[in-house]
Amino acid sequence: MTTHYVIHHKKDTVGVAVAEGIAAAQELTGWQMDGDETVAIRSRDPIPLGHKIALTDIAAGDSIIKYGHDIGQAVAPIGTGHHVHVHNVKTRRW
Amino acid sequence: MAATLPGSFWGYRRENGRVGIRNHVLILPLDDISNAACEAVANNIKGTLAIPHAYGRLQFGADLELYFRTIIGTGCNPNVAACVVIGIEPGWTAQVVDGIAATGKPVAGFSIEEHGDLATIAAASRTAQEYAIWASELRREECGIDQLHLSMKCGESDTTSGSGSCPTVGNLLDKLDPLGITSCFGETSELTGAEQVCAERAATDAVKAKFLATWQAYMDEVIEPHKTSDLSESQPTKGNIAGGLTTIEEKAFGNLQKIGHRTRFIDVLEPAEEPPARPGLYFMDTSSAAAECVTLQAAAGFVVHLFPTGQGNVIGHPIEPVIKLTANPRTARTMAEHIDLDVSGILRREMTYDEAGDALIDLTIRTCNGRLTCAETLGHREFSITKLYRSA
Repeated sequence: MTTHYVIHHKKDTVGVAVAEGIAAAQELTGWQMDGDETVAIRSRDPIPLGHKIALTDIAAGDSIIKYGHDIGQAVAPIGTGHHVHVHNVKTRRW
Repeated sequence: MAATLPGSFWGYRRENGRVGIRNHVLILPLDDISNAACEAVANNIKGTLAIPHAYGRLQFGADLELYFRTIIGTGCNPNVAACVVIGIEPGWTAQVVDGIAATGKPVAGFSIEEHGDLATIAAASRTAQEYAIWASELRREECGIDQLHLSMKCGESDTTSGSGSCPTVGNLLDKLDPLGITSCFGETSELTGAEQVCAERAATDAVKAKFLATWQAYMDEVIEPHKTSDLSESQPTKGNIAGGLTTIEEKAFGNLQKIGHRTRFIDVLEPAEEPPARPGLYFMDTSSAAAECVTLQAAAGFVVHLFPTGQGNVIGHPIEPVIKLTANPRTARTMAEHIDLDVSGILRREMTYDEAGDALIDLTIRTCNGRLTCAETLGHREFSITKLYRSA
């Protein structure tokens, strides 16, 4: 069974695509790493290898949680299954 | 099932007791204008290696101190059997020679003024030939694993670095640190966002405070006075962003996976500062640019380097072998000639972190024993000196 994405930490609001060629509207199989559980989600955008997918609805201003930590803030609303990257997330530093 | 941990490797024990894993005869320029003579000597005498670089003139103050520490430290590295130094004038040339001579290894200096390139090249070539023939008879001996000095730095990272290749290095570190190795991580700016989590990994409150002061100084003296944006496309780089890393915070948490889960760092080193004779993990204050960081770690005496990459940084170093690993399946496929260890199986759930860490331990020991890295075979010899400010 192909693992399409991984989630580092139970609290994370994003997963990471680890398979190539993920299309929009695809049923994805995920690996929740710290619990070693298999999970699933439906993509709403193409997600390139290494890029992030929203695991929940995220409001503008919300923290993006990965590794169980704040890795930046959403600057636009992001729906579950959508692509999360520099177009909708910015650093809180610098 | 855990593999048996290595007790020893085969290295070259130097005059001062330190152990190297390579046996270079180095032709070391004091300054930029001595590069041509050094390259001519290395061309004349096979089995020697010149490391041309861009600096060494009119530097002063802290920048000059760092410069000397880098050049002298490179010559002192136990991967170097013997060293020829060439400079434009005799004064600073002698300073470098004396610094390297403290190790007890053969070293000689030549200066160009009053002789010209051709006479200097002839004289230096004769000494280089003696050193090359002498070094060729040195033999490896079995050395305890506690003699190993290992450095780490990741580059052209993507999200697979934080989920695959960096945790593999961390797994190795958690296994080898208790065996008494000396190890080093750096990348001051690239811990931004994870600096408090990193600080909690310090062995003592004093080390924690020293780390945070070092990180804050980099922010105050380097980043804040010079930044014109949020640094996006510089840090993270365009390659990082193409690979899915969005912010410096995300990159920092991935980077930090290299120091494992249990290992604590026992002190903070200045750039290119040799650690004291006390085993353990050290943090070094460095740039996050790959070649600059590895050059500073090699100048501090580290003999083998572990380099996780995502998008495929191709770095090597002239004297410190760089072992590259990736968890990105596309990089492993499209850039195979650069990748010493493919751990992309982790992200397919075909390989555990423990298995990946054991595979990296095995490859590291084989590299120490003489196995060539991909970067060595491809001739990657990046030697990049960190410069603190403009010369006088």
